[in-house]
Amino acid sequence: MTRRIRTPWEVFIRPRRGLSHQHVGSVHGADAEMALANARDLYARRGDPVSIWVVPSEAVRASSPAEKDPLFANAADKPYRYPEFFVTLHEDGDEQH
Amino acid sequence: MDDEGVVRLDAEYDEARLSAHFEALLAAGERIEPRDWMPEGYRRMLLRQIAQHAHSEIIGMQPEGAWLTRAPTLHRKAVLLAKVQDEAGHGLYLYAAAETLGVSRAELLDALHSGHQRYAATFNHPALTWADAGAIAWLTDGAAVVNQVPLCQTSYGPYARAMRRVCQEEAFHVRQGYDMLHALCQGTPQQKEMAQDAVNRWWLPAVALMFGPPDTVAGGADARTAAMGAAVTRRSMAWGIKRHTNDELRQRFVDQVVPQAERLGLTLPDPGIRWNEERGHYDFGPIDWRVFRDSLGDGSLVARQRLAHRVAAHEDGAWVREAVDAHAAGGGDWREAA
Ligand SMILES: [Fe+2]
Ligand SMILES: [Fe+2]
Repeated sequence: MTRRIRTPWEVFIRPRRGLSHQHVGSVHGADAEMALANARDLYARRGDPVSIWVVPSEAVRASSPAEKDPLFANAADKPYRYPEFFVTLHEDGDEQH
Repeated sequence: MDDEGVVRLDAEYDEARLSAHFEALLAAGERIEPRDWMPEGYRRMLLRQIAQHAHSEIIGMQPEGAWLTRAPTLHRKAVLLAKVQDEAGHGLYLYAAAETLGVSRAELLDALHSGHQRYAATFNHPALTWADAGAIAWLTDGAAVVNQVPLCQTSYGPYARAMRRVCQEEAFHVRQGYDMLHALCQGTPQQKEMAQDAVNRWWLPAVALMFGPPDTVAGGADARTAAMGAAVTRRSMAWGIKRHTNDELRQRFVDQVVPQAERLGLTLPDPGIRWNEERGHYDFGPIDWRVFRDSLGDGSLVARQRLAHRVAAHEDGAWVREAVDAHAAGGGDWREAA
């Protein structure tokens, strides 16, 4: 696929060591170098980020809202996946460990 | 994130169910995200507001940008450069947010250039002296912050996220503008007069235009128009786009800025400004439709210059865009490790 100057890229920044890359927004660019340079100018004017990822927006495979129930309904009907479902380990509740 | 644009209706859901789900999200104070179904009116209102906001950010670079080469010291020049660059960034955050609603940035720029979409008329006023750069940042950026802080909670996710980035940067804008005026007010009588002059010029554009037309005023010659403004505001608030009326935010701005002007030893050019013990707010001259319209500067020489400058900048960059596209079409190596 031919990219153009207006091809959108998603930008992810690791704000500091120990944190994962987080989505911060998008930029345009004809190639990865241009997208990176634009991302640096736009999203790294302040702070001290450790690294930037750019990913072509078209490469992102998104779940659609209509899939919401089958995809994300796990938690609702499986309360036993949470510790609060069970008897506490101490008489006074979970405060003391 | 998704360049397919507006989400297609899923066959299983009829519009009423989608609409009920949308309203339930709003009622729960949840954000609407790009792939969610949304009423066409909501999408249009958002698009219009975000586009106008984005256009205002980049047109707003012009009055201060004109002073970059004439800044009095290298320090002030570096600061102003950073400020103006931020405004370009604000435009880009907002264009990216608008793109999630299914329009391209190119279409938005075309609409700006052809006059089909507007920008804040505040910037149709000239920056005549160096002090104007300070007054613009203190007053119009200050007014923008009052508008934008509640927009960080607006119902459309991408817009709210863009506003949070913008707000983090605006505090610097306001402070450096106030600092410029503060320095002038500590200087010679002529410098202080220059500061007062600039404040006289920028007060009305800030207090009238940055908050939009009056939307709570009852009666008056233009009651019908004011009622329409109020209806738009009500719709916007029902959809969680706006959180306050224009007039409420305007009052908040006046309350903030009056003591700041006193500290500078400058007078805000409104004889109606005085503390109202009963209301717990500063009174100020009424911004009715006449005041609003008079301050628009529509069709003025400056308004034409702003747009012409913008169009020229865009056209001057056309060869770069074409060269990049030609390079990419010829197999430019975007795929590093292909
Ligand atoms: Fe801005
Ligand atoms: Fe600003």
